[in-house]
Amino acid sequence: MTTTHVGEPVLSFEEALAAYDPVMGLEVHVELNTATKMFCGCATTFGAEPNSQVCPVCLGLPGALPVVNEKGVESAIRIGLALNCEIASWCRFARKNYFYPDMPKNFQTSQYDEPISFDGHLDVELSDGSTYRVEIERAHMEEDTGKSLHVGGSTGRIHGADHSLVDYNRAGIPLIEIVTKPMLGAGEQAPEVARAYVSALRDLLKALGVSDVRMEQGSMRCDVNLSLMPKGSTTLGTRSETKNVNSLRSVERAVRYEVGRHAAVLASGRRVVQETRHWHEDTGITTSGREKSDAEDYRYFPEPDLVPVAPSRETVEALRATLPENPATRRKRLQSDWGYSDLEMRDVVNAGLVELIEETVAAGATPAGARKWWSGEVARRANTEAQDVVTYAASLGVTPAHVVELEELVTSGRLNDSMARQVWEGVLDGEGSPTAVADARGLQLVRDDGALEAAVDEVIAANPDVAQKIRDGKVQAVGALIGQVMKATKGQADAGQARTVILERLGVS
Amino acid sequence: MTAVPTDPTRLTAAEMADALATGAISSAELTQAHLDRTAAVDDAVHAYLHVDADGAIAAARAVDARRAAREPLHPLAGVPVAVKDVMATKGLPTTCGSRILEGWVPPYDATLVTRLREAGMPILGKTNMDEFAMGSSTEHSAYGPTHNPWDLDRIPGGSGGGSSSVVASYQAPLAIGTDTGGSIRQPAAVTGTVGVKPTYGGVSRYGLVALASSLDQAGPCTRTVLDAALLHDVIGGHDPMDSTSIDAPVPPVVEAARRADVSGLRIGIVRELTGEGFQPGVQQRFDEAVALLVERGARVVEVSCPSFAYALAAYYLILPSEASSNLAKFDAMRYGLRVGPPEVAHPSAEQVMAATRDAGFGPEVKRRIILGTYALSSGYYDAYYGTAQKVRRLIADDFARAFETADVLASPTAPTTAFRLGDKLDDPMAMYLNDIATIPANLAGVPGISVPSGLAPEDGLPTGIQFLAPATEDERLYAAGAALEAALTDRWGGPLLASAPDLAPQGA
Repeated sequence: MTTTHVGEPVLSFEEALAAYDPVMGLEVHVELNTATKMFCGCATTFGAEPNSQVCPVCLGLPGALPVVNEKGVESAIRIGLALNCEIASWCRFARKNYFYPDMPKNFQTSQYDEPISFDGHLDVELSDGSTYRVEIERAHMEEDTGKSLHVGGSTGRIHGADHSLVDYNRAGIPLIEIVTKPMLGAGEQAPEVARAYVSALRDLLKALGVSDVRMEQGSMRCDVNLSLMPKGSTTLGTRSETKNVNSLRSVERAVRYEVGRHAAVLASGRRVVQETRHWHEDTGITTSGREKSDAEDYRYFPEPDLVPVAPSRETVEALRATLPENPATRRKRLQSDWGYSDLEMRDVVNAGLVELIEETVAAGATPAGARKWWSGEVARRANTEAQDVVTYAASLGVTPAHVVELEELVTSGRLNDSMARQVWEGVLDGEGSPTAVADARGLQLVRDDGALEAAVDEVIAANPDVAQKIRDGKVQAVGALIGQVMKATKGQADAGQARTVILERLGVS
Repeated sequence: MTAVPTDPTRLTAAEMADALATGAISSAELTQAHLDRTAAVDDAVHAYLHVDADGAIAAARAVDARRAAREPLHPLAGVPVAVKDVMATKGLPTTCGSRILEGWVPPYDATLVTRLREAGMPILGKTNMDEFAMGSSTEHSAYGPTHNPWDLDRIPGGSGGGSSSVVASYQAPLAIGTDTGGSIRQPAAVTGTVGVKPTYGGVSRYGLVALASSLDQAGPCTRTVLDAALLHDVIGGHDPMDSTSIDAPVPPVVEAARRADVSGLRIGIVRELTGEGFQPGVQQRFDEAVALLVERGARVVEVSCPSFAYALAAYYLILPSEASSNLAKFDAMRYGLRVGPPEVAHPSAEQVMAATRDAGFGPEVKRRIILGTYALSSGYYDAYYGTAQKVRRLIADDFARAFETADVLASPTAPTTAFRLGDKLDDPMAMYLNDIATIPANLAGVPGISVPSGLAPEDGLPTGIQFLAPATEDERLYAAGAALEAALTDRWGGPLLASAPDLAPQGA
């Protein structure tokens, strides 16, 4: 069994778009961060010892019965409301029947034709400043399955494996499946729209506090449905369903790849096969999974072990009142508060720094300072370590308070900017707080007025022409002298102070 | 003070409780007497799949010690009980009468088992049943049929023939049954005992291995109506582990059984559940029982429930549909039987699942799984499952209308007396028709009781009468049942079971 996957012929994205319009549908599964599972009292801690968070209910032991986690329902309703959905006044769970070893009951408790929320939308911003409205078909409640680990063999997949182990810790963790309506008209922006949607959804869910939304840990998982319509046609084409596209970048790449692949199939006069496809992060391609056909029949029927969920209108309105500010609105507000340019704000958002800057400003830093210190050296180092800034800073023990302290060292006149940069590097190297680093490295602006005055006198004497210009009122020429004073003091002087002394000496102040 | 006869197993549970309370007998003695009785007769009856002599005696001694220490005890503390093998019992095998669960020992107790243990009731063992409660004769048990103590060549009813027979043969004073379409009431009728299916949601289903979740209900199997009420009171009431459980106190069933008052009670005779199709002797005893209640002050009204004609058809769509999904969990992955497919060196999980299910399920179970899988299939769902649900609604409406003019409804419990083992084994439809009178109550979720009404003149075998009440009005069943029991016992000069043949201990 080979481990490399052979890609299929693809047309270039541009060629594909010349002839076809892409239509996307995204299905996002989000694990809720409730303390307990959806239908039992087991803990949901990620990474626990295999099969240590299980009970008769989530193991599907004979006789065990589910009971709905009220917190899970609340989170589902809040997600629905945040996505501008209608909330069902009465709905049921349904059993989705199919056999799989990591599914304890051999049916998944899900929702079928009565989702808790439906008919919503989410507006996402694109890089050109335009907005694309993603229509939401439904957001329904269900439970996660266990996790299979295939041991032996070279691929980690079931084929060629020697045996398989199943961890049921994940079985029964509450999931919300958010399904879009077909997304049309995005054209060449389709990959960006897909990415922007998942990103906006992630921000929204994070702001709601309902999920960890860690794509790398699987607490947010994305399936990409894609089909192509010949330009001018209104008939939807046959779709492929690419499973487990689990990073923002992959979402964008998978859409792009599938557009090219579908176009190549259609251009050659063949038909697209309706099937599940696997996404390969490393090579950036998809390969055929199982073929979806009419044979797949989940025999849904209403779950008789659970009573219907019937949230009162009062409950729904009370939950609506708990919704946080929409992340997009919030970003606009912060940008205006902080006085950032559009470009600065976008960089800050893309780097995931909004919360950190907010905290730092709250701790007493200036918005400009907070942005400067968090997006410079820290971001560079975090990138080298392939971590996000927040996680990286936390791992170093570097906090907003450190930024505030560093700024104070500058405003108090102890450090100038270049010294502050050295100090910050020291802080990041684990040498201690900014003050400690400055002390240890002996960084201190020249405070000895005598030494400064002597340096100024020397510089004036050495540059009589410039001095005269200043005396004549051309004050901006002082910069040249300041530079010389800094050089003479090896950068230990404070530039502002040097300016004051020079102007005093020349009788211009 | 209750005098203890030479054989304490002949007492009613209520009398046993009195004897225990007064110290006339210890729970250990009482429990041992039942275990001795089982040792003597169960080779012939085969009512138990598993007897837990050590556990029962240990529980009995524990309750005796608590009584000696003058701790407050439940009224039934020390009275032993048998449990149908469909209820999960921690540390005790639970097979549901199926090979596929052979050797499975649950790591947890069903809620009602917890309640029995907390009441201090020693659990004697697990009773035989049709595989996964599918059947009306226990002949579908993978471990062999149970024999009717009245005639060992006849069926004890089903699916709970084990529970009806342990009480009919004095191997236990009390037993737990489950009733999905009559599995408590029909066995009671054909063994001359009492069986109650409480209101759906009245007794927790947590730990009851589901056959059809929307129909299953556990309840008491006993020799007297009062005993049934006492047991109902122990196991009933709200359970947060079962979301379909009713959040209300147990109806006042014990008080109703003690008062046994039917004066002014309006008894509705269901036109569709009488006459044609019912064995003459069954019908005759039913008519006499109703007349006796009228003598005691009840009034008779005739009611019609036209939708009952479709009950059997709807039932045999809803039940297999739910069962096909409920039984999917038996896949050899986590517990129970595991069979490898023959001549496959490295079988996949799916191949093991298929081979195990093929080997572990009996023919009736497979039949119903196939029926249910078909009924739920895309394209057939609306025609089958959907239509059956509509019929279910109509049946509930019929009940609601009938209960406008009647306080309880009455019919014969089963159309015939106990048939011979093997008689209907090859004719599933004939077997299914046995539950014609009991199924409507399950579809509508209303409670029902079966009480002995006599012996059919033509074959000398027990007949039963069924009373049905509106949901959550279970106490009406006990009032009617206890009044009839009192009247009939007066007439007969003793309980019906006194005329059952003595199961002479083997080789005694």
